[in-house]
Amino acid sequence: MTYALEINQLHKAYDNGFEALKGISLKVAQGDFFALLGPNGAGKSTTLGVVSSLVNKTSGSVKVFGHDLDIEVSQAKCMMGVVPQEFNFNMFEKVEDVIVQQAGYYGIARDEAVRRAEQLLTQLGLWDKRFEASRTLSGGMKRRLMIARALVHQPKLLILDEPTAGVDIELRRSMWEFLTRINEQGTTIILTTHYLEEAESLCRNIAIIDQGEIIKHSPMRELLKTINTETIVLDLHQPLLHAPEVEGYYLLLVNDTHIEVTLNQGQDINTVFVALSAAGIKVTSMRNKTNRLEELFVNLVTSNKTDLKGVSA
Amino acid sequence: MSSYEIYIAYSTIVRKEIQRFMRIWVQTLLPPSIIMVLYFIIFGNLIGSRIGQMGGFDYMQFIVPGLIMMSVITNSYGNVVSSFYSTKYQGNIEEMLVSPMPNWVILAGYVTGGVARGLAVGAIVTTLSLFFTHLEIHNLGIITLVVLMTSILFSLGGFINAVFANSFDDISIVPTFILTPLTYLGGVFYSIDLLPDFWAGVSQLNPILYMVNAFRYGILGVSDIPVGYALLVISVFIFALFSYCMHLLNTGKGIRK
Repeated sequence: MTYALEINQLHKAYDNGFEALKGISLKVAQGDFFALLGPNGAGKSTTLGVVSSLVNKTSGSVKVFGHDLDIEVSQAKCMMGVVPQEFNFNMFEKVEDVIVQQAGYYGIARDEAVRRAEQLLTQLGLWDKRFEASRTLSGGMKRRLMIARALVHQPKLLILDEPTAGVDIELRRSMWEFLTRINEQGTTIILTTHYLEEAESLCRNIAIIDQGEIIKHSPMRELLKTINTETIVLDLHQPLLHAPEVEGYYLLLVNDTHIEVTLNQGQDINTVFVALSAAGIKVTSMRNKTNRLEELFVNLVTSNKTDLKGVSA
Repeated sequence: MSSYEIYIAYSTIVRKEIQRFMRIWVQTLLPPSIIMVLYFIIFGNLIGSRIGQMGGFDYMQFIVPGLIMMSVITNSYGNVVSSFYSTKYQGNIEEMLVSPMPNWVILAGYVTGGVARGLAVGAIVTTLSLFFTHLEIHNLGIITLVVLMTSILFSLGGFINAVFANSFDDISIVPTFILTPLTYLGGVFYSIDLLPDFWAGVSQLNPILYMVNAFRYGILGVSDIPVGYALLVISVFIFALFSYCMHLLNTGKGIRK
């Protein structure tokens, strides 16, 4: 089977001896929407940097749609588009020129490049800004410009390093819709993000990297199944003095109008609602205390750090 | 990439580079023109009239080829060093590094941009010099060849400087402390026949001497150095610098982490 991305035993050590990647291996299937998560400095950007040829690896191999990045460089690079974390276009160039020039670097003739730029800038809501210097764009527009630039050569694999960082929620959601659409059209997407809600709602598969090692690599659904507990916050219509008791469930009165319900695996919130309703307690709204993936992520990273401390001790 | 795709990638960089220096012509084309006019007035007219002849020509006629070469050298170098360093500084070098474009195309694109500015300024300075003296063309082929080779060589030099530069200060150190002294000592304002034997020998280690003299031969028909030997020396320098540039690009020195 040919993977969209296949990384084998990737090592990266910097000149100062810091080992950013300790032999990671990763496979991303064609058509996948894949999340690569990890705390700051875990090695996410280094991994994507090696894949996109911006960082020299120490050892290991990277294949993009079966093309080895060391042997078939040109074919491998043509297959992928990269949206980096930092704004990295020429701030003095016009918006349209940023796209057309990038197309030129991929050998796309100018007429065709201009046609594609029009199409992408229209899709991403930047067509009106095409003659403006890119430095004058807002942060969200700059992010969309980088996405348009990465797509101009019609890559089969799109790599996004924190594409929605600093973007307001409305724009973030419109970017999610855009990314979902191009994924449905067949583009494989690899995403790093600190918004775990984003990863949970968009991605089908996930890898968590910490201290240069992959500590989890599985389908999102399976990973979420491993969560043992979930905490739901209920907003009450009237204040209470004590937390109500529901047999088999743990309820905590956070303040007089908020209750936290801890659900263990197999328990359902319906039982709690029935019991509260019978006691005459009216619930006006409910929400998850934290994102489910966020809870899991924190647990995994914390336990990895504890394990490593144990090893070094 | 096919040859046609490589041609498009190359022409994209060249177009970008030419547009860049044309867009900021007040910073790139105007200052060297003003400086050279001052050289013509001060050294050529005011001081030159008291010096008399040099190498069998009016002093103004003698220094014009050197001054044209000086502007070609500084502008070819300056174009590549500032443009490529800005590309590094802003991070948009990554646009090229993630693309399938071979490294030699990146180098060729930037060098062509440097050559284009060197030739543009050279043409402006040559035109301005005609207001001060009469120029006869002795050998157009030599003139063209020397100007092209010199601008290629110094564009390559500018590229190396940009790769190693870590700040905007670093891109002015080499032009200020190396390029300008070498140009002044490269026979622009005098014939090395005037120097004592020892210093005339030392001058022969200066590559700019060969360029200035070969170019002067193309215009005036006189040179302190045999022209064939001068062309050979310039070719060797071009080969050495090109090889080093490719080594830097292939290893990612200064541009990849």
